[in-house]
Amino acid sequence: MTVQAHIAKADKTTPGQEAAPGIPRSAAEPVNASTGRQLYAGREPIYPKRAHGKFRLIKWLVLAGTLGIYYLLPWLRWDRGPNLPDQAFLLDFAHQRLYMFGIEIWAQELYFITGLLIVSALALFLVTALAGRVWCGYTCPQTVWTDLMIAVEHFWQGDRNSRMRLAKQHWNFEKIWKLGATHISWLLIGLATGGAFVFYFRDAPTLMMEFINFEAPFIAYLFLGIFTATTYVLGGIAREQVCTYMCPWPRIQGAMFDADSLLITYRGYRGEPRGPHKKNEPWEGRGDCIDCNQCVAVCPMGIDIRHGPQLECIQCALCIDACDEIMTKIGRPPKLIAYDTFRNLDAASHGDRARIQIIRPRTILYSAALALVVIIMAFALSAKSVLDVNVQADRNPLFVKLSDGSIRNSYTVRILNKLYETRTYSLSIEGLPQAKFSILGMENGAALEIDVSPDNLRTLKAFVTLPPEAAKTIEDGHAPFAFVVRDLADGTQTSRETAFRGPDE
Amino acid sequence: MAANNEIDNVSGIETTGHEWDGIKELNHPLPKWWLYVFYISIIWSIGYWVAYPAWPMVSGYTKGVLGYSQRATVQQNIEEARAAQSEFNSAIDQSSLEDIQSKPELLQFAVAGGRAAFGDNCAACHGRGAQGSKGFPNLNDDDWLWGGSLDAIHQTLLYGIRANNDETRISDMPRFGIDQMLTDEQISEVAEYVLSIAGLDHDAAVAGRGQTIFAENCAVCHGEDGKGNTDLGSPDLTDAIWLYGSDKEAIVTRIKTGGGGVMPAWSGRLNENIIKKLTLYIHSLGGGQ
Repeated sequence: MTVQAHIAKADKTTPGQEAAPGIPRSAAEPVNASTGRQLYAGREPIYPKRAHGKFRLIKWLVLAGTLGIYYLLPWLRWDRGPNLPDQAFLLDFAHQRLYMFGIEIWAQELYFITGLLIVSALALFLVTALAGRVWCGYTCPQTVWTDLMIAVEHFWQGDRNSRMRLAKQHWNFEKIWKLGATHISWLLIGLATGGAFVFYFRDAPTLMMEFINFEAPFIAYLFLGIFTATTYVLGGIAREQVCTYMCPWPRIQGAMFDADSLLITYRGYRGEPRGPHKKNEPWEGRGDCIDCNQCVAVCPMGIDIRHGPQLECIQCALCIDACDEIMTKIGRPPKLIAYDTFRNLDAASHGDRARIQIIRPRTILYSAALALVVIIMAFALSAKSVLDVNVQADRNPLFVKLSDGSIRNSYTVRILNKLYETRTYSLSIEGLPQAKFSILGMENGAALEIDVSPDNLRTLKAFVTLPPEAAKTIEDGHAPFAFVVRDLADGTQTSRETAFRGPDE
Repeated sequence: MAANNEIDNVSGIETTGHEWDGIKELNHPLPKWWLYVFYISIIWSIGYWVAYPAWPMVSGYTKGVLGYSQRATVQQNIEEARAAQSEFNSAIDQSSLEDIQSKPELLQFAVAGGRAAFGDNCAACHGRGAQGSKGFPNLNDDDWLWGGSLDAIHQTLLYGIRANNDETRISDMPRFGIDQMLTDEQISEVAEYVLSIAGLDHDAAVAGRGQTIFAENCAVCHGEDGKGNTDLGSPDLTDAIWLYGSDKEAIVTRIKTGGGGVMPAWSGRLNENIIKKLTLYIHSLGGGQ
C-alpha cells in the first residue's frame, strides 16, 4: 500500500478514545481538507490549540520583535539639527521627504524605495528557495497579528477545548463577558495599530497630543479608523482566510521552491501505517503516527499536514512542536513532522538519504542578484549629493541669430539646494572660450552670485553667445560644452554637459 | 452538489462536475462571504445609479440625486485656481512693467502667463518659440523694428503696426518699382549698395552708383548710414537680420513692391493684464532692451 493510500484509509477511521495509553485522540477535523466541498462554503471556525516547543518560542520572539519595531519605531528620536524633524523614521508627505535615521530621501529619489522593494522581493525569493514560506509562517504581519489575536482569545477564553465549549453554549453572562472582552481587546489592538501607522506620517508626540485633545487632522482620524477596522477584521476575524483567498503569495510560491527546499513535511515513510497504539504493542510493522490529531489541533490554517503540501499551509511549524511533544511522550524519536526536502523524503522512502543542498543554481542566482542590487543601492546612496543641477537647452528656436551676426543659444538651468540653509553658487561655462555668457535679469560680470534659498529650487535662464567668426567654426552645428555650478562656500563644483547649436553650414 | 462527488485521482480533490473536452474543474470552494460581497456590490450599484449620473437616456442621461458632475467640478477647480492667482494678478494690474520686472517671483508668474497667452494669440504668425519667419519678425533676437524696450513692446502690442487702430504706428516702404519712382536699373544699383553697407558680397562699382540713389530716396527713413530708425519703424540695413531675406533678389523685390506686414492691435481684444504679461514674456526672450 502506498503512503497516499494509507493516508486515505486512515482518514476514514473513526476517532477512537485514545491514540496511545494516556494520550487522548483529538477530535480535530481538518476543516479545509480537500474533499466534501461545496461550491461556496461557509467558514468553519478554527480553534487552534496552543503549541509548546522550540518553534512556538521562536514565533513568540519574532512576534515581540516585529510588533515592538512597528509600535515603537515612530517614537524613536534622531537629531538632525534645527528646523528638521527629529523623528528617526518619518514619511513627510507635505515636504515630500522620507527620513530614515541618517538617510533622507526626496520625492524625486523614490527609486531608492523601488530598490528597497527589489531587495525585499529577492530576499523573499531566496528565503523561500531555502526554507519555504518562512515569511508567511513567522514574519508576515497577517501571521503576527493573527497570532496576537489568538493569544488574546486564549487569554480571555482559555485553550481550544474551552473556546469550543464557549462557542457552542447558549448566551449567558460568561459567554457575553468573555467574548466581549476578547472583541474589545482586539479593537484596542486595532486602535493601537492604526495609531502607530499614522505616527509614521507626522511627528508622533505632537500627533499623540492632538489625538488626545481631538485636534488631529481629519485624515489622521480616517486612517486611524481604517487601520483599526482592518486589524480587527483581518487579524481577529478573517485570519487564515486572508492567506487562502486574498494573498497572491501562496500562488506564486509554488514556483519559488523546489525538491531541495526545506519544507515542513510529515514523514509518511516513518509515520505510516498510522493508528492508535495500544499498551505494550510492538512498534515493528506499524508507523510512528498514533493518529492523535495534535498536528491538526494546533494548525491555525485548519489543515492536516499529513495530506502533504497544501496551498493553505503557511509553514508556521506549530505542528512540529505538537508532534514532537507527543513523540517524546510515547518514547519515539521526534521529527516525525519536520523541515525536510522532497528529495530526502523520496530517498528515505527507499531507505536512502539525500543530502541537503543549500548551494544550488537557484540560490546562487538569487544571492547574486540580491548582492548586486544591494551594492548598487549602497553606491547610489553614498553618491547622493546635496545639490542637483539640471540643464535644458531651449529647443524652440534652437539658436537665434543676432544683429551683429553672432549666434545665441538659451538654456534653462535649474539649481536645487538640498541643504537647509541658503547657499550661494556661481554659474559659469567651460569649453567655449570665445562665448559670452549671461543670465537673464542679472548683471554680467565675473562675480556672479546666485543665492538659492534653503531646501529650494531656483530656475535661471542663461544665454550663451558666440561671435560670428567663432559660430562659423562649429562642426555639424553642434559644439559640446559644460555648465559649472560652484558652491562658493566650500568650492565644490558640479558640471553638466550640454551642447551649443548653430547653423549647420 | 452532492451528485458530483467524483474525486480527481491525481490531486485527490473533488470536481465540480463541469467538463470541457475531458478537462474537469476541481472544486476549490469560494468562501460564502465572498458570494455575499458580490450580492452586496450589486445592491450597492443600485444606490450608485440613484446617487450619481448613470444611465444614458434618449436625450441626456440620469443625473443622480447628488447632482455630481465632472464638468461642474472642473469649473470649480478652474475658479479655485483663478482665485489662487488673484493675488499675483492684482499685483500685476497695479504695478508698472519695471516694478514687475524687479520682483523675481512676480516676474516668473507674469512670464509663465505671457508664454501661455503667446501660444494662444501670437504663435500663429511669430511661431511657437517666437522665432518668426519670412515677413514675421523673430522676437528672440536683439533687432527691433519699433524698439525693444518694455514700453516700446507694450505699445506695439496695444496698438499694433499698420493696424486698424487710431494709435497704431504706420510706416510704409514706398513702392519704388510699381509706382515707377525708380527704374529697374536704379533699383538694382541701390540694392547692390544695400548689400555693400550690410557687409555682404557685392559688386563695388555698381554699389557706388547706388549710393547717390540711396541718399536721395532711402536715407530719409533708413538714415544716411542705413542703420534705420525705430521711431519710424525703418529697419537697420547694416545688420545681419533680414525680415524678407538678404539675397539681392529679395532686396530688389522689397524696393519694387514696398509695403509692410501688419501687427494687429490687441488693446480691444486682450485685457491689460494679459498684454502686460505678454510684454514681459517677449522682453524675457533675450532681446529685450
